[in-house]
Amino acid sequence: MSWSINIVCSHRRPIRWGTKILLVFAFVALGLAQDANLHAPEAPVAGSPAAIGTEGSGSATLYLVGPSSAVKHDIELGKSVSLSAQELQSAGRYVATICSSKCNSVTFFVAPAKPANVTFLVHPSRAPVAPNDAVSGVALAFDEFHNLVLTPIAVQFQLTAKGSALMSRNAETRDGIAWFRTSSGRSAGPLQVTAFLSGDVIARRIVQQVASDPCSLRIKGQKTAKGIVVETEPVRDCSGNPVPDGTVVTFTAKSGNQTSSVDAPVKQDVARATILAKGPVVISAASGVAMGNEVRIGGGN
Amino acid sequence: MKRALPIIAIIVVGTVVLMILGLTTGRSSGTVGIAAGSALPGFSQNASTPEQALNNFLLDMRRRNWGRAFASIERTSDTLNEQTFVQEWSGSNGGLRSFSNLEGFETRPLHATDSDAQMRVHLHWTTPVGPVQDVRDFHMVRRGDSWKVVWDENPKPNVPAQIVPVNYLRWDLVTGNSNDEWGSRNVDAPHVRIVSMNAIDSAEGAIVMGEVVNEDTIPAFVNVNAILLDGSGGTIDEESSFDKILHVLLPKQVTPYRIDFPRVSLSKVKNVRMDVKATLVPASSDPVIGVMNQKIDTDAQGHPSLHGELFNQSGETVNIPHVIASFYDNNGKVVWVSDGYVEKALLPQSTEAFALEIPQSLAGKVQNFHVVVNQYSLQPS
Repeated sequence: MSWSINIVCSHRRPIRWGTKILLVFAFVALGLAQDANLHAPEAPVAGSPAAIGTEGSGSATLYLVGPSSAVKHDIELGKSVSLSAQELQSAGRYVATICSSKCNSVTFFVAPAKPANVTFLVHPSRAPVAPNDAVSGVALAFDEFHNLVLTPIAVQFQLTAKGSALMSRNAETRDGIAWFRTSSGRSAGPLQVTAFLSGDVIARRIVQQVASDPCSLRIKGQKTAKGIVVETEPVRDCSGNPVPDGTVVTFTAKSGNQTSSVDAPVKQDVARATILAKGPVVISAASGVAMGNEVRIGGGN
Repeated sequence: MKRALPIIAIIVVGTVVLMILGLTTGRSSGTVGIAAGSALPGFSQNASTPEQALNNFLLDMRRRNWGRAFASIERTSDTLNEQTFVQEWSGSNGGLRSFSNLEGFETRPLHATDSDAQMRVHLHWTTPVGPVQDVRDFHMVRRGDSWKVVWDENPKPNVPAQIVPVNYLRWDLVTGNSNDEWGSRNVDAPHVRIVSMNAIDSAEGAIVMGEVVNEDTIPAFVNVNAILLDGSGGTIDEESSFDKILHVLLPKQVTPYRIDFPRVSLSKVKNVRMDVKATLVPASSDPVIGVMNQKIDTDAQGHPSLHGELFNQSGETVNIPHVIASFYDNNGKVVWVSDGYVEKALLPQSTEAFALEIPQSLAGKVQNFHVVVNQYSLQPS
């Protein structure tokens, strides 16, 4: 007779009562450890079958307690006990205890399998063009059973924009983690960031490179029947990228001791507003840290 | 039956007597308000004084007795009809006034002769955004034995039919779901920053105010919270900016914020912990509302205030405009933040006046100001 209880920690399922009782029993048995010899499997790997060697004769009970599972088998002493791949899916420390008239135990570690997945976090999702160290990424290597692969693994980070490679950097995981940090490019648009693990494990993320603050503002205005229509020339950052639509440009018109102002969003590179003014006015514009030129309209000018 | 008839007759006569007594003895002769006035139409006193005439008029308006009120005014323009008169008073197009009720009023004579008079009225409105006080001057004229309210407000000319081209600019939000791989579809929250903060004491309590800027390239829904801490690090009070902030900030847009702590003295406060929260929201850049002819002046009561006009540059109606202004001293420090709702809807390509009060004690310090307009529309843009 054999039975097993699996505890899947990654799904945060609570440990069942049966498992708790089994664990208590295993540790009590461990305290009563006797001289029945056990041989731990050699270099077991997660998800691969392994065997525990036993000495002696007669029947006994095997208790195997791992990071996320606990199993119990009735065994025959003197034969090796097979552990299935399913019983060894979690990497980490295992305790095998055999009890007949007396108990004995052995401890062994199950190593992660080869990398099968990469979790890739890239920050930020939007990065302004040009600043140094604006984009960073972290890759974590996991095997197919979601064990973090702790052995060093070669990782290649690649950044491409508009089909051309901007940067390629080789790194090696340390304690399962590799990372990079780099400057953003000079032009706005999507930046594809790729992490290659062992060649065939790939993760891709997209960072939107967006225009930086407006660099300079040039405005022009003209009188109409309704008022003064004032608009900017195409608003760009210092790298020549058009600022995103919606960027607010504040137009301010001063006439004597009266002030008029409009927060106008950039639409298709240009912000436009109508100012109701009768006399001569001085109109200026600002957006973020950028100030525009002044325009005098009316009053004969 | 024979016994019932005298009883019914006594009840009817008694009721009529009590009604007449109530109508003729309950009226105060001084300041007019909610308690003043007749209870039934047709029983009001003759408007033999300007106060009585105005009182009768305002009571009719308060009771929405539009026909009688319209009949009692002296029109200066033939274009004014009852419908436009009612709309002028009770609001239209989903403006704040159309959700408001006149709760009470106080009248005060400014000037009077035998033939005309100038009256000032403090109107107390109940509105969905709280009580609103309004001051309005009325011109009264004597016609025969009675006085009449001169209604000299002409209806606004309608904006001519036109097509307003709009390059519709809006942001939608697509979110991931729980099945997505971790980190595969993350979108960062907008980056906003508090650029200034100032805390002052007022008669009502402590006030924390300043400005916030959206430094990102996408719109942000912004709220500012403040926690007042005492000397031991304990929390005295925690409040948020609530409606005293422009919540949806477009990229590079700056908004004032103000957080009121009623009945808290700043002398007890050792530290203020500020926290600005920004979240991604679907947003639209329309409508664009200009703030024209801003000027600090004194209002009819002699209080310093910022006056100006809102100009709706778009093609959609703004039902309830909300004006928020930050006032700076000569060092560029925010010394006051004030806000107010405009009672009338802001129609496309139209203007509407606004005024924000400035405390007398701060009026001398104010060197500059920045006005933003929040908008509430019944139809989502």
